[in-house]
Amino acid sequence: MRTPPMPLTRRGLLTGTLSSAALLAAGGVLAGCGTKAATQTEEGCKSDDLSATEKKLAFANWPQYMDVDEKDESKRPTLDAFVARTGIQVTYTEDINDNNEFFGKVQNQLASCQSTDRDIIVLTDWMAARMIRLGWIQKLDPAKIPNVAANLLPSLLNRSFDPENRISIPWQSGLAGLAWNGNVTKEVRTVDELLTRPDLKGKVTALSEMRDTMGLLLQAGGHDPANFTAAQFDDALNKLKKAVDSGQIRRFTGNDYAPDLAKGDIAACIAWSGDVIQLSGEDEKVQFVAPESGVMLFSDNMMVPNKATHKGNAEALINHYYEPAVAAQLAAYVNYICPVKGAQAEMEKIDPELAANPLIFPDEALLRKSKVFMALDEKQEKEYESKFQQVIGA
Amino acid sequence: MSALAHVPTPSGPAAPAPPPRRGRHRLLPYLLLLPGAAWLFVFFAVPLLQLAAASLYDPSGSLSTGYALTWAFSNYPDALQAYWPQFARSFGYAGIALVLALLLGYPLAYAIAQKAGRWKNLLLVCVVAPMFTSFLVRTLAWKTILSDNGWFVGLLRDVHLLAPDGRLLATPFAVILGLTYNFLPFLVLPLYASLERLDHRLLEAAGDLYANPVQTFRRVTLPLSMPGLIAGTLLFFIPATGDYINAELLGTPNEYMIGNVIDSAFLVRLDYPQGAALSFLLMAAILAVVFGYLRRAGTEEVL
Repeated sequence: MRTPPMPLTRRGLLTGTLSSAALLAAGGVLAGCGTKAATQTEEGCKSDDLSATEKKLAFANWPQYMDVDEKDESKRPTLDAFVARTGIQVTYTEDINDNNEFFGKVQNQLASCQSTDRDIIVLTDWMAARMIRLGWIQKLDPAKIPNVAANLLPSLLNRSFDPENRISIPWQSGLAGLAWNGNVTKEVRTVDELLTRPDLKGKVTALSEMRDTMGLLLQAGGHDPANFTAAQFDDALNKLKKAVDSGQIRRFTGNDYAPDLAKGDIAACIAWSGDVIQLSGEDEKVQFVAPESGVMLFSDNMMVPNKATHKGNAEALINHYYEPAVAAQLAAYVNYICPVKGAQAEMEKIDPELAANPLIFPDEALLRKSKVFMALDEKQEKEYESKFQQVIGA
Repeated sequence: MSALAHVPTPSGPAAPAPPPRRGRHRLLPYLLLLPGAAWLFVFFAVPLLQLAAASLYDPSGSLSTGYALTWAFSNYPDALQAYWPQFARSFGYAGIALVLALLLGYPLAYAIAQKAGRWKNLLLVCVVAPMFTSFLVRTLAWKTILSDNGWFVGLLRDVHLLAPDGRLLATPFAVILGLTYNFLPFLVLPLYASLERLDHRLLEAAGDLYANPVQTFRRVTLPLSMPGLIAGTLLFFIPATGDYINAELLGTPNEYMIGNVIDSAFLVRLDYPQGAALSFLLMAAILAVVFGYLRRAGTEEVL
């Protein structure tokens, strides 16, 4: 007797595939114990430095964060100068668009002590703090980056997540403050005005970056974002929640508030200084305001991840960018706050108007008003971020 | 329904073939299936189970300590309790968008299939052409069109359809409109395929039997277009329910759908157990809706 062939159906195939996967998983993934800790240590995850023999460097950065030649977009003057000076070939990629997204891209490699194929990555303070906490970043040799110790702005020294200034070195810094469009509204000076003025209802956005939005609110409530309690955070968050519930705040945004502010769909918002400088260049009625209560200072930091094999070359590049003349040339293009002392004097030679701009070279008064958000441990980060996300609707 | 059913298997009693050939032929469908099944296994079944495992991780775990599988079934009710409004909103918005898309899409598909004549191909290209640009770009384009200071909103204000300080952007209206627009081709194309095969003589016969146009539509056209209608509504409703781009770009936090919550759970809050539990709840809810729908529509063989 011959057996009739088993009829194949789509349902049969699906159940078959799923159940065999279930068997496999039951034996492996599920019976195992979830995931391992992602934390690495310097001893556990040793990286070799091949810089002596390999004159190469892979540099991952954000888009439009590097000066380009006005006549030839493919030339990057400050980077080309570095290549000419050291003979190190730099592979420059603009593949960081979002801190969280980039974290997702590299987390599996770094958690299991594998190479990300990048020697320098540039990430914002809080993400830098998280990666340092997880032990994913290599320590730099202070002897090889003397310019940093000599020229780093004092307000960026000894930040809580990097007290020795040798793990994360600021690439550019910026301020989070307020911005308003003079074509559609009158001046907005304080955070409270932004959150309560009736004529702004539905025409206000805030940043989905918790530290910037909450930092400004904490300061407006008279608290210190560098050192606050859970009760103070809740107090500030309540104010934000009221503004969301009443419809005062229209959206929470990343960089995408900029076109809406320019068009006037948004009358006023919480904004980053660099974006607003670019917008005011096109329309001078769009203005940045540093509220009296204080602004948030953030930096994007150069770091060398574990298993990157060109740490020495990376140090050479970091040192290069901490030369005042190079830093001034870069700042003249990107318009963010330049973290390098002495660059202002160099900027006088390039463009005196930019040298006088307090949003590129902040004066003492502005720097005194600017705060860096407190470093959070993992538990705090999850707790505060969850509370914040509940209010902003996700 | 299934293409597999048509694989020739010379096993019928009428055509007994010599044993060696028969053996090889019996294996053939499985061999042909192998690449597809392997693909399904590696890229669908395994990740799905991993997600299932993640949804049962100890919710107090974290990146630095790792996650332990503690069979924490409480993740499900906890997630549902925290985010049921977004769940309800997802199904509500997708449902309203589906009704709008049917009102727009059915006449459109019918016109292209039956009345367009030599313009048929051009019109089809018009339906498909927007898909050549990215989903994101199309949604961003709506942001410009619906802009508070744009001509469209200005026009609506002038004719008093909108209050002088009213807006379209950042309202449920904009999100539902975005969903309707973005997924419309998925509804129109299967409907077109069904309606195009509609035999004219049947419509004439209905007329000969004194059916008025409404009756003809209800008794002839609609039943014959059912396969396309069912496929189209499913292809529309399933992605629309899970979508988060439209709510993100055209809405406000008050319009966020469950996709936004899952996105934030995985990428921002790093709450993997909750994100995984929400993903499974969404999948289960969609499957329940789809099965219920198919049972009523009487076409269970689709699955």
